Amino acid sequence: MLGSVLEGGGVLGTSPEMLALFVGFGLVVGVLFGFFGMGGSFLVTPALLMLEYPAPVAVGSGMAFVFGTAVIATLKHHDLGQVDYKLGVIMITGTTIGIEAGRTTVYYLESLGLAGGIISVAYVVLLGGVGAMVTRDALDGDGDGGVDHEAADQDLSEYEIPEIAKTIQETVRIPPMVTLRGDVRVSAWVITAVAFATGLLSGFLGVGGGFIRMPAMIYAIGVPVPVAVGTDLFEIVFSGGLGSYLYGQGGGVDLGIVAPLLFGSALGARIGSAATAVVDADGIKIYFGGMLLIGAIAVGIGEVGSYLGSPTLELLGLVLVIGAAVVVALAIVYTTVSSLRETRRQGTTAAD
Amino acid sequence: MAGLAVPTWDPETAVLIGTILLEAIVLYVGYGGLERLLGPYLMKLLLGGESDAR
Repeated sequence: MLGSVLEGGGVLGTSPEMLALFVGFGLVVGVLFGFFGMGGSFLVTPALLMLEYPAPVAVGSGMAFVFGTAVIATLKHHDLGQVDYKLGVIMITGTTIGIEAGRTTVYYLESLGLAGGIISVAYVVLLGGVGAMVTRDALDGDGDGGVDHEAADQDLSEYEIPEIAKTIQETVRIPPMVTLRGDVRVSAWVITAVAFATGLLSGFLGVGGGFIRMPAMIYAIGVPVPVAVGTDLFEIVFSGGLGSYLYGQGGGVDLGIVAPLLFGSALGARIGSAATAVVDADGIKIYFGGMLLIGAIAVGIGEVGSYLGSPTLELLGLVLVIGAAVVVALAIVYTTVSSLRETRRQGTTAAD
Repeated sequence: MAGLAVPTWDPETAVLIGTILLEAIVLYVGYGGLERLLGPYLMKLLLGGESDAR
């Protein structure tokens, strides 16, 4: 009965077994995303590929999943007052123009035969620069200088504007001036320039841009970390939505995959997010790194299995990807419940 | 990133993406409501009924 409803409905077109698998996998991915603030889509797309979905469907559905997840996360940050829509709209405009300029530059350099070398150098300079800046800030301060999602829970008034951003705000005072969340007053031209530059790098290097945009918003504009996180998610809603639409036009978005994944991940993200208040993320980050490594090995095994035509190796790859994620998610839930029970036990003992 | 790639209008795809958007909003609101309703009960269940016993 259920099967005929799901199959016959023509909306999902996915078997009940696969729906259950996607809901379960979404739950696991959601716990990881809620807890670590990252780590969702890069597990979904390889898993879909290993389930023998065509590449455009795996990538397109993965992107649509990111879009849905970003919508939910943006709503959460909106409720906490951590999304600056004014900043978001200016950033989206500047970034889009920058991306196109970056792409044009790549084609021009390619015609000169210089693209490969210049792009590699740009990568080294950019990653080295961002890494050094964040590390220096973390070492100078109390160790909370990195861009991590735990900072999203801080009060905006507690936030201290980085020196470099203060200097830019005091030096460049070309009207119109814009007041952002956290009482940051900055020239609209600074935001446009930052958005254009990050878009240019994004289009030039062919990357999503979140890892450039976030530090740029914090260090160049002086946006409080929680607002940078929220506004970046708001931008992902647009870029993910547009990307999903483009893939969807080619039949690359399968609602039978995305809907159950979102159903599970929205719940998982609440569990993971709540767990951050109880468990120290640093203790579990090692497992997260291990999970990524196992995921990489699993994708390799799956590819070899596919190349050799060995279903056993393909299955092993899939089991490893999902298994590693499940183990880390269970470790988070188990540690959270244990910590809560311990805290409660200590509380009752003290009361006695 | 899509850059300035301007997509052509496709009602079917628009409905598809709109459905995902709607699902995300419904899930956010729905799970939020469930958390408020069932959260305290689930916490009690997870942590064991020690306080009730007392």
